[in-house]
Amino acid sequence: MTAEPFDRLAASGRADGAAAWLDTDRTGRRLVLRAGGSWTLAHAPALDQRLRAEAAGAGSGDVLIDLSAIRSLDTTGAWLIRRTAGDLGERGAAVEVAGLSEELAGLLDRVGQKPEPMDIEGPAVNKLVEIANRVGYASFEFCRSAANLTAFLGMLVVKTASAFLHPGRLRLRSLVYHMEQTGLNAMPIVGLLSFLIGVVLAYQGAIQLRQFGAEVFTVNLLGVSMLRVLGVLLTAIIIAGRSGSAFTAQIGTMKVNQEVDAMRTIGLDPTEVLVLPRLFALLITLPLLSFYAVIMGLVGGAIMCALVLDISFYQFINQLRGAITTNDLLVGIIQAPVFAFIIAMVGCYEGLQVSGSAESVGQQTTRSVVESIFIVIILTALFTIIFSNLGI
Amino acid sequence: MDAVAAAAIGGDDRSADSVIRVRGLRTQFGPQVVHDDLNLDVRRGEVLGVVGGSGTGKSVLLREIIGLMEPAAGTIEVLGHDTRRLAPKDAKSLSGRWGVLFQDGALFSALTVGQNIRVPIQEYTDLPSDLMDDIVRLKVQMSGLPSFACGKFPSELSGGMRKRAGLARALALDPEILFLDEPTAGLDPIGAAAFDQLILGLKRSLGLTVFMVTHDLDSLAAICDRIAVLVDKRVIVDTMANLMETDHPWIREYFHGPRARAAAGAGQTSG
Repeated sequence: MTAEPFDRLAASGRADGAAAWLDTDRTGRRLVLRAGGSWTLAHAPALDQRLRAEAAGAGSGDVLIDLSAIRSLDTTGAWLIRRTAGDLGERGAAVEVAGLSEELAGLLDRVGQKPEPMDIEGPAVNKLVEIANRVGYASFEFCRSAANLTAFLGMLVVKTASAFLHPGRLRLRSLVYHMEQTGLNAMPIVGLLSFLIGVVLAYQGAIQLRQFGAEVFTVNLLGVSMLRVLGVLLTAIIIAGRSGSAFTAQIGTMKVNQEVDAMRTIGLDPTEVLVLPRLFALLITLPLLSFYAVIMGLVGGAIMCALVLDISFYQFINQLRGAITTNDLLVGIIQAPVFAFIIAMVGCYEGLQVSGSAESVGQQTTRSVVESIFIVIILTALFTIIFSNLGI
Repeated sequence: MDAVAAAAIGGDDRSADSVIRVRGLRTQFGPQVVHDDLNLDVRRGEVLGVVGGSGTGKSVLLREIIGLMEPAAGTIEVLGHDTRRLAPKDAKSLSGRWGVLFQDGALFSALTVGQNIRVPIQEYTDLPSDLMDDIVRLKVQMSGLPSFACGKFPSELSGGMRKRAGLARALALDPEILFLDEPTAGLDPIGAAAFDQLILGLKRSLGLTVFMVTHDLDSLAAICDRIAVLVDKRVIVDTMANLMETDHPWIREYFHGPRARAAAGAGQTSG
C-alpha cells in the first residue's frame, strides 16, 4: 500500500486548504483506488499525473474507486474521476465508483461521461491556402472598395450639385460646427508642423547650397517648394489624420448606435445630414489652412535664414519676391479643394461602411486614414507632372 | 422606516457564514450620492437577486464588490478578505474564487469560445493541455452550449449563446461566488427561463453563491432565495414573500405592479 499525500499542494490554492490524496491497494486482480481530501482544481495537476500512472499500470481486473474520504469536490476533480473510470473501463476492467456522499454524487452526475469532441481552436487552415485566400480577399476588397468609392463619388457630385441648386437645404449650424472642428481647431497643429518643416527645409537647403556659395537661393528653394507642394500636402496629410479619421469614427459610431438607420426611417438623408456639411466644411477650411501653412512655413524658414545664414527679414522678402509668383501660390492652393473632397469623401464613406461592432469602427478609421493619405500623395504626384508638362 | 427595513439595514452580525459583507458603503459621483451607509450580507449558498430602479446603483454595487470600482467609503469583505486592503497578489488569487458574467458576455472577440474559457484556466493553473481542453469541453456542456459553438468566435454567436459562453468562462475555475449582471436581459422568455433553470441547477450541483443583478421579475420569483432592493441609497434584503408585505412605496409598486403579479403567479405554479 502506498500513501502519498500531496502536502506541497495543500499550501497552494483555495481556502479549503486540505490536501488531496490517493491510495492504491492491490489484492490479487482487484485494485482499490481510495481517494480523499479536496479534489479541486488547485490539486488537479498532481492528481492528474498520479491517476494517469495508475490507469496505465492497471490490468484488466476489477477496480473499485472508493470516494468516501473525499471532503470537497469540484468539476475538475469530478472529471478526473470520470476520466480514470472511463480509461480503466476501456482496458476491459470492471469499474465501480462508490462511497460518494449524495450532494457530491450530484456533481459527478453533472459532469457526466466523456464530453463530446469539440473544436476549441476554431477551424484549422492550411497555411498556403490561407495565404492565397488572404491575397485573393485583399485584391477583391481593393477592387470592390475602389468601385464603391467611385459610386460614392458620383452620388456626392450629384448631391453637391443639388445642394448648390437648393442652398436652403444645407445645414448651416452643422457646417459652421464642422468648420470650427476641422479648421479653427486644427490651426495650432498645422501651424506648428509647417513652421518646423520650414525650419528644417531652410537648414538642410542652406547646408547644401553653401557648398556652391549660393546660400541665398535657400529662399528660392523654400518659397517654391512651400508654395507649390509642401504647404498643401502637409496640411492635407495632417487633416486626413485629424479630421478624416474623426469623420469615420463619428459616422461609424452613429452607425453602430443605429442612429443612421433611425435617420433614414424619419426620412432624413444621411448623405445630406452627415456627409455634405463635413464635405463643405473641409472644402472651405482646407484651402485656408493650406495658405496659413505656407505662411507659417515661410516664417519658420525666414527665422532660420536670419539665424544661420545672416539673411535679414528684409533681404528674405526681397529674395522671395524675385523667386515666386502668384502662379506658384495658385498652383498650390488649387489642389486644396481636391484634397478636401477626397479626405471628406473617404472619411464619410468608410464611416458609413461600419457594420455592427465597435471593432469595425477602429478598422474603418484606419482604412480611412490610409486610403485618403494614399490618394492625396498619388494626386500630388499627378498634379506635379501635369503642371510641369503644361509649363505652369 | 418600517421594521423589516430597519432589521435588514441594521446588518445582523450573526451571519458568520456570509461570503460577502458590505459595511457603511458610500458611493458618490460628484455631488450625486448613489449609496450612503449601505450594509449588505450575502450568505453562503444562496441566490441573491439585486433589484432597484434605474440609477440606484445596482451594477455599481456589483462593480465595487468585485473591485472594478472604488467606493468613496466603507468596507467590502469577500470570502473574509477586505478587498480594498489586499496586496495585488492576494487580490488576484481572490478573484480566482469568483466568476463574473457581464451583460453581453464580454467575451474576448479575438478568441474562440473554447479559447475564451481556457484563458482563466491557463492563467491560474498549470494543467497539462489535454486536461485543460477536457475541462473547457466540460464547461461548454455544463453551460448548455451546443458543441459546435466551442470553436466559433463570439461574433458568430447569438446573444443567448454569448451569455452561455460568458457563463462557461465565469465557471471555468469552479468559483465559489458567481456574479451575474442582468443575465436574462435580451433573451426571449424561453431562453430566459432556460437560463434561470441552468443557474439554479449549477448552483445546486456546484454549491455556488449567486449574486445576481436583474430586472427580470420571473427570475426573481423562480430562483432567488432572497432579494436585495436598493432604495433610498441603502439596501433592504428579505425574501420575496416578506418584501411583498412591506409598505415602502417603491417596493410596493415594484412587487404589486401588474407585471410582478403575473410573475409571482407563474413562479408559484412552476415551483
